[in-house]
Amino acid sequence: MSLIAELDYGTPAVHSDTRVTLTIDGERVTVAAGTSIMRAAMELGTKIPKLCATDSLKSFGSCRLCLVEIEGRAGTPASCTTPVAANMVVHTQTPKLEKLRKGVMELYISDHPLDCLTCAANGDCELQDMAGAVGLRQVRYGDEGENHLVAVKDESNPYFTFDPAKCIVCSRCVRACEDVQGTFALTIQGRGFDSKVSPGMAESFLGSECVSCGACVQACPTATLIEKKVIEVGQPEHSAVTTCAYCGVGCSFKAEMRGEEVIRMVPFKDGRANHGHSCVKGRFAWGYATHRERILKPMIRAKITDKWREVSWDEAIGYAAGEFKRIQAHYGKDSVGGISSSRCTIEEVYLVQKLVRAGFGNNNIDTCARVCHSPTGYGLSQTFGTSAGTQDFDSVDHSDVIMIVGANPTDGHPVFASRMKRRLRAGAKLIILDPRRIDLVRTPHIEATHHLPLLPGTNVAVLTAMAHVIVTEGLIDEAFVRERCDWDAFSEWAAFVAEPRNSPQAVETISGVPAQSIIEAARLYATGGNAAIYYGLGVTEHSQGSTTVIAIANLAMATGNIGREGVGVNPLRGQNNVQGSCDMGSFPHELPGYRHIADADTRKLFDAAWGVTLGAEPGLRIPNMFDAAVGGTFKGLYVQGEDILQSDPDTRHVSAGLGAMECIVVQDLFLNETANYAHVFLPGSTFLERDGIFINAERRLQRIRRVMSPRNGNADWEITQDFSNALGYAMTYANPSEIMDEIARLTPTFAGVSYRKLDEVGSVQWPCNDAAPNGTPVMHIDHFVRGKGNFLITEYQPTDERSNRKYPLLLTTGRILSQYNVGAQTRRTENVVWHEEDRLELHPSDAEARGIRSGDWVRLSSRAGETALRATVTDRVAPGVVYTTFHHPMTQANVVTTDYSDWATNCPEYKVTAVQVTPSNGPSEWQRAYAEHAELSRRIHAEAAD
Amino acid sequence: MAVMPGCNARSPSARRRRWTKSSPPACAGGAGFPTGIKWKTVAATSAAQKYIVCNADEGDSGTFSDRMILEGDPFVLIEGMTIAGFASGATKGYIYIRSEYPHAIAAFGEAVRIARAKGYLGSNVMDGGFAFDIEIRVGAGAYVCGEETALLDSIEGKRGQVRPKPPLPAHEGLFGKPTVINNVISLATVPVVLAEGAAMYKDFGMGRSRGTMPIQLAGNVKFGGLFEAAFGVTLGELVQDIGGGTASGRPVRAVQVGGPLGAYFPPKLFDTPFDYEAFAARDGLIGHGGVVVFDDSVDMAAQARFAMEFCAIESCGKCTPCRIGSTRGTEVIDRIVRGEKVAFNRAVLVDLCHTMKFGSLCALGGFTPYPVMSALTHFPEDFAGAPTCIAAE
Repeated sequence: MSLIAELDYGTPAVHSDTRVTLTIDGERVTVAAGTSIMRAAMELGTKIPKLCATDSLKSFGSCRLCLVEIEGRAGTPASCTTPVAANMVVHTQTPKLEKLRKGVMELYISDHPLDCLTCAANGDCELQDMAGAVGLRQVRYGDEGENHLVAVKDESNPYFTFDPAKCIVCSRCVRACEDVQGTFALTIQGRGFDSKVSPGMAESFLGSECVSCGACVQACPTATLIEKKVIEVGQPEHSAVTTCAYCGVGCSFKAEMRGEEVIRMVPFKDGRANHGHSCVKGRFAWGYATHRERILKPMIRAKITDKWREVSWDEAIGYAAGEFKRIQAHYGKDSVGGISSSRCTIEEVYLVQKLVRAGFGNNNIDTCARVCHSPTGYGLSQTFGTSAGTQDFDSVDHSDVIMIVGANPTDGHPVFASRMKRRLRAGAKLIILDPRRIDLVRTPHIEATHHLPLLPGTNVAVLTAMAHVIVTEGLIDEAFVRERCDWDAFSEWAAFVAEPRNSPQAVETISGVPAQSIIEAARLYATGGNAAIYYGLGVTEHSQGSTTVIAIANLAMATGNIGREGVGVNPLRGQNNVQGSCDMGSFPHELPGYRHIADADTRKLFDAAWGVTLGAEPGLRIPNMFDAAVGGTFKGLYVQGEDILQSDPDTRHVSAGLGAMECIVVQDLFLNETANYAHVFLPGSTFLERDGIFINAERRLQRIRRVMSPRNGNADWEITQDFSNALGYAMTYANPSEIMDEIARLTPTFAGVSYRKLDEVGSVQWPCNDAAPNGTPVMHIDHFVRGKGNFLITEYQPTDERSNRKYPLLLTTGRILSQYNVGAQTRRTENVVWHEEDRLELHPSDAEARGIRSGDWVRLSSRAGETALRATVTDRVAPGVVYTTFHHPMTQANVVTTDYSDWATNCPEYKVTAVQVTPSNGPSEWQRAYAEHAELSRRIHAEAAD
Repeated sequence: MAVMPGCNARSPSARRRRWTKSSPPACAGGAGFPTGIKWKTVAATSAAQKYIVCNADEGDSGTFSDRMILEGDPFVLIEGMTIAGFASGATKGYIYIRSEYPHAIAAFGEAVRIARAKGYLGSNVMDGGFAFDIEIRVGAGAYVCGEETALLDSIEGKRGQVRPKPPLPAHEGLFGKPTVINNVISLATVPVVLAEGAAMYKDFGMGRSRGTMPIQLAGNVKFGGLFEAAFGVTLGELVQDIGGGTASGRPVRAVQVGGPLGAYFPPKLFDTPFDYEAFAARDGLIGHGGVVVFDDSVDMAAQARFAMEFCAIESCGKCTPCRIGSTRGTEVIDRIVRGEKVAFNRAVLVDLCHTMKFGSLCALGGFTPYPVMSALTHFPEDFAGAPTCIAAE
């Protein structure tokens, strides 16, 4: 094994149908018109010396090393900024160029510390490489001249350092921050010799607007910006391509290793989802894998008030299987169930649902998508016929109008947000529907054309009002609708939306959005060219979540914005494999590939493959499991990689349900909040320790690869397999690729997928089968999966959860960039420096009325419960709306969220809770009691078994 | 204001075609690039928005011709910009005036106001069916912002940093749109050329340098000031006949032509005709027509050092040869002057000038070697390692 080296072509690829042939150093090469000479040379394998050029950034032309001579042209143009021309004859190595390059390098080195042997970048430094490439042999400027050698290092960022003494002012970091990330946190300060890279107005990196995405570190050609881990340990020696285990963007990374130690995660340029970009989580926040709190040995206990006892794997699995058998014998077959994890691989999810259906013998399998995107599955399958986003991420490059509904991409899906921002800076228009002023409403060089700050819970009303405008103003794409959609359904829908009660004027009073904004946004969406909708949990996590998804699909069909690049309906899926977990039959009513359990033919297929007889009735959903547990009929639960206690709504109800069960088996990296109620703890493995596949938000299947042995001893799929075998249902997979092969055999949309295929092509987007052997980037091109697109009526029903005198404010929740969901991983990394606690955002007028200042403790109460946290006073939220994140267990934001849920899928209504906010002295009684309980329930016997 | 010819005779597009084809203004900016080609290039693009930019960042030492026009005849410039807009299809013009010219800014601003009021600028210029307006932008003291691409960055509100070419501003200029950038003299000459005919203009000058040039005599010269002369007059005629020799009465030792980055010519080169190519053939340049005269008390090593220092102060910091080279240049000259390893350091200086001249991104770093190398070539005795020529104060 060795380090994977990626070629740097110096300048980005150019797409053009016109091809140009030229001669470089006597060799002819044909490239797309507009390609730089530098890139054309690299196509031939000719490396022209360079320092300021790298192929992730537009050419800049500052280092002056890449100069070339062109026959018939005067001077020595820079090859990075000079495009090729037909029949051009270029020379990259001449005596004149040799002299010039030496002269430039001599200047660089005259202001550089000559400590290469002890420098962290030794062996991975472009400046060092170039000194060698140009044959620099002497620096004649002496050492008493002006220099930057005593400049002070900035070590404020937890993951990387900035050493201006080593900086060559190539501006790659500044340009990466602008072009790649779009944050504009860096600049060059001063002029001439005094030019230096500066975060913001001469701030520290940590104190600046830097979001720590790592693009600058990635771009730096020297040791100026370098990972602290490399400084501490040294250069990596081998690497493997894998996939980030955080959000649904699915960034591809090279895990760069020294033996079994991760040195750094470097975004992979050939990653189709991220194209070499990253965010603070994937790039840097992987330290949890070796965090001291990670549990590495299986543990059991008879009662949750006992201390944990470390046992062997055999004993733990045997104990769990014994308990499940006992419970099923006593309470019946349906008294146990399982929850699969959207953080695990598709193979592992498949195995958990197989264990439940074939091993437990019931359909009590659900997954965390229940609480996030289950309405997407329902809404899109009802309208288009498939439960997934319609586009690939690259599609956004062709969008003219981008509409974001209930999503906060710069925090939740940062790498795709950067992509989106690049397109917006290039001129695409932006519409945002969100109660809160998310960053994209106004951020450097981007301003939303329309921000519709609707009241939480009024999505359906506003989207239907937009449809009203489109229908009544004749902005329908009638040709598209007639050809591609069910005309009767359309006509019925058009008549419905045209009713006066759905007019922008009528909806203004419901939603708080001025009618004119709705009208203009609708016109822009319908007539602005290619219009794409991206949406998040602000759409789905409502009592009308499914209706909102349908309303979105209706808009796209009515305006013909579906079935080609640049358009579409795109759920921004939350977790690395939440798409995959849904695809793999994690819902109680569906087998892999979204085939209903009631369908006898499908069941027959699985019956034959698994050697069982599947029940035709859907099993319990997660909320029903808690209800059944409280009711005394549900007694055993196997939870893989999900912290339901912290993440599910109405924590008190969840804890009551968990407390009523007799055997809870938690499989996780850490003793999470759910584990406080568990009887068996099976330590899980990290994404670095196993093989498998994740499916991202664009339906892309990508490999994760094992780069270290599981520190807990077993990969997660092996644990499930052992559990199944102990229960008496035999599983004999030798490795995950065999599981994938079984999935492919049984699931038509995955028929063409195998590990070999993924090794060959990198990634594919499902459907991948004989009809689409290379996968499907854009769906519904010629016809909808269901045949004709289906319009459905979207009647607005106000949620029952509404503000009143007792609870006059509406709480909505969200995420922040540096933390991930319940924070089990990110809280165990240095990312806490950006977000050490959850805060409650409230509008200055609401704060003033209550005598609350930023930083004060406040009590947040709803009819479900109350918690306390500190306040941030900000006009990001509208008056009457408050907002918080849910990353920290002590905050217990879900103590206040209610049990209202989506009418179709039971997806909880996290996004609307009527609350009151009052000043407080500190954590609530409940929080104190809970903290005590959590501490007690995490005790482990001192005399641990080995 | 001269009436624009043929304004009501044909459609604007036909007129544009005719104008750009016979495109007159042979006059040129500091870099000597023909104006007509720029106009034609911009006219040929299909962008919805195009711009005219007038470079009035007159920063060269000893130059003041732009200021004379801005303060004395702003309307001729407004007319020139308007015609440029008409010919190239641009509806918006920017003029970038250096902040050190408060009177010029005030006068030009007032002229724009009057022109708008009289219908010479606005949405329907002279009822001719096309729109053109002018906005004044004021520089902030950076010499490099006189470089056309740094000037564009500065107008855009960015730090004035030189852009690589291509793309040429004519294709991708201000705010990424096709842009004509001309200096004040070129644009102010346009109305005259159109009124009198290109032939009349072409009758002046020599070789490929056609027309007249405003020459600014300054420094140690008896009769300083602005003189408009046809190309072809010799340097000696300029200094001795028109300028009347030095003000101090001492012999002329050196003349710097073309601003702070122009070469120093000794009297033995006084037969050089004022012509772009003739000056280039002797490693000099004409630039903006500034001529600064020095008598025999001048220390040419100090002048060479000043050139490097000027470059170091004014460098935008983007490209390496200029950013580091200019500072190293002052250090190397200091070593020579102190008598440290003189032959070695002179060789280093020559190499450095080569690197800067051929390696720099723009003319600031690229032309700094002119004063340095000309001083070193024509006045080697001043670089002998010990001060041989004490400057007379």
